[in-house]
Amino acid sequence: MSIVRPYGDTTGDGMVQLSFTLPVPHDKRAEGAAVQLANKMGMDPALLVHAKPMGDGFTFFVVYGRVSHLVDTDQVQVVERDYPLLSAKEVNAVIKRRMRRRLNVVGACIGTDAHTVGIDAILNLKGIAGEKGLEYYRELSVTNMGAQVSVPDLVETARAQKADAVLVSQVVTQRDAHLQNTRAMSAAFREALPAGKRPLLIVGGPRFDELMAAELGVDRIFGRGTTPREVASYLVHALIGSPH
Amino acid sequence: MAGKLDLDPRVVREARALAARAGQPVVDLARSHTTVSVERAVLRLAGVRGADSDGIPWVNRLVDAVRADVGLEHGVAVPVFHAMRGTGVDDITVLAQKAAAGAVRFGVPPKKAEATAARKLARRATNDGLKVIDRRRAERDRLIKRYGDPKQRPWIYLIVATGDILEDIPQAQAAARAGADVIAVIRSTGQSLLDYVPEGATREGFAGTYATQENFRLMRAALDETSKELGRYVRLTNYASGLCMPEIAALAGLERLDMMLNDSMYGILFRDINPIRTFVDQRFSRQVHARAGIIINTGEDNYLTTADAVEAAHTVTVSQLLNEFFAHEAGLENWQLGLGHAFEINPELPESFRLELAHALLARELFPDAPLKWMPPTKHMTGDVFRGNLLDGFFNLVGALTGQGILLVGMMTEAVVTPWLSDRDIALQNVRYVLTGAGNLHEDFVPAPGGFIQQRANAVLGEAIDLLAKIVDDTLLTAIADGTFGIMKRPADRGKGLDGVAKHAEDYYNPVTEALEA
Repeated sequence: MSIVRPYGDTTGDGMVQLSFTLPVPHDKRAEGAAVQLANKMGMDPALLVHAKPMGDGFTFFVVYGRVSHLVDTDQVQVVERDYPLLSAKEVNAVIKRRMRRRLNVVGACIGTDAHTVGIDAILNLKGIAGEKGLEYYRELSVTNMGAQVSVPDLVETARAQKADAVLVSQVVTQRDAHLQNTRAMSAAFREALPAGKRPLLIVGGPRFDELMAAELGVDRIFGRGTTPREVASYLVHALIGSPH
Repeated sequence: MAGKLDLDPRVVREARALAARAGQPVVDLARSHTTVSVERAVLRLAGVRGADSDGIPWVNRLVDAVRADVGLEHGVAVPVFHAMRGTGVDDITVLAQKAAAGAVRFGVPPKKAEATAARKLARRATNDGLKVIDRRRAERDRLIKRYGDPKQRPWIYLIVATGDILEDIPQAQAAARAGADVIAVIRSTGQSLLDYVPEGATREGFAGTYATQENFRLMRAALDETSKELGRYVRLTNYASGLCMPEIAALAGLERLDMMLNDSMYGILFRDINPIRTFVDQRFSRQVHARAGIIINTGEDNYLTTADAVEAAHTVTVSQLLNEFFAHEAGLENWQLGLGHAFEINPELPESFRLELAHALLARELFPDAPLKWMPPTKHMTGDVFRGNLLDGFFNLVGALTGQGILLVGMMTEAVVTPWLSDRDIALQNVRYVLTGAGNLHEDFVPAPGGFIQQRANAVLGEAIDLLAKIVDDTLLTAIADGTFGIMKRPADRGKGLDGVAKHAEDYYNPVTEALEA
């Protein structure tokens, strides 16, 4: 069954919930405006269940309603995880057994992007959502270059550290800076190092399309919600192969 | 509310004595070293203002020039004021500009009388800066008297973080009107690793707004208006952390900020800043906070975001005891110690709420006169905003039951987005419901004698004492190098900012430290 609708309490009822804020004071007109938005979003009928004034001139709404849209699961395009998800212990064990040395990772935010949240979430011990970052993995040697790193510096450090993998985080997307920076980075690595010597190139950020890896000249793109463990598992998969 | 845990006062005394022994070598280290940022803070208090056309503050240019000529080890005060006398320049910022252009040579005066004269001039200039800090403190006292403190405890602490100070201001004012007693302006990512303080009003931070003197001034002025409107003094918080901790502490004092994040080990553990740099900078910054009447907030909550909140509970206690020792040594009083801790136990763990209660009550009873900063769950916030809101409610309940002083409002959208207007409104509604609904429930909340909560609290204290004893034997710097806190390993000869540290020479002179220790 590839066609589905949202499920409230009955198959096919199409019920969804939605909450949002409108920059208007709370009155009957504001409630009407909220229903209008819900209608335009395809909710019909839209049932306004909650409206609450917030501060000066804002109202928060909760709307329940039925959407008429159909979802075709066969038409969905995603990058499925094509490698096994390993625990930190397993990652360490595979590297130790198969590489017999630590796996070198160099990470940075390139260009003018000072937003280290992404790279820190993946690399720093602190990690994200209760999962520790790559620094925690005993068999990974991590160099986090931080923010606003130039592409030549990144290439130089990757070479000096004998990086097996380079992780680049890009958050700022003004004027497609994330795409341009990524292309410049992958081109610089292609120029500086022959194919067999090039580290695995990985970029991550909340606004990347995970399907664009080939177009940007990188090996993998990670999107929103990626965890350190997924990255570590991918490194093992791409650089070492099967864990067994 | 003392005495609910039946802590043995002898054990508590032992814990404090151990913390003092563990901390003393670090204090000795801090007293015998200086850093570029300490020296820049001295010059800021002496009146250096502004930045060059590249945005590099004149204070950086001046310290760099002095350092190139005579090194840091004498302190910059004497070489700078000796040069003022020699060149006849009477504006210290002008001297910095000339020095940056290479037009001034710095030296340590060979004659004792010249050195004495330079010291006297330096003292006069920095005392003017300290007088401004004193006036700001008196001003705060006056405004609190006029508008009043929040009616309830804990104080409600909310964060704004747009990156644009002009956007932050209306958000902060709206948050205060909605019930926030304390506004914290989160800093732009990466500022902690800048070895200078940016200048002017800024509008382009990432996930936060740069800490600058002008941003401090603008936000404080806006919150003064709102305090007047609400009839309640709204406090302002920023971060004295990173490579410029001492300078930011000075700027906070000059612009009447009310609270500052200032942890003894955060920069070492989470920003990989050199341990010695951090301890030297921290001692000076705390001395300035003490003078400015600023409440510090320590960062123990962060350890629990990396280490397990149950297994590592005692490391929080150890760090609180160390932070208390360092703070007292620097002249801070108990009412200024917003010692940190957090609700970070895995909610899937059986009895997790009971454990949280035990830990929170332990902090309360160990530090009865400190305000305590109670931090919401972050590590187990997953993006499931509904569950997140429930966790935040339980976090608020612990805060109400254990008499926490400062409650950082948890956001159900933690780990999802920077808080939306509606997220903040829902979070405040949660806080208000719990604080009002629970009322004085803490009066009835008396853990059973010898029961789970008492046992757990005493066990954590026991583990803290064991760890402190070990730190006394191994030294704190070794413990940090070995990954004792937040499981991060940070050796004393590594990390950022080490090249900005110098050991005092015989004739080291710092007029600010002299005044603050008098």
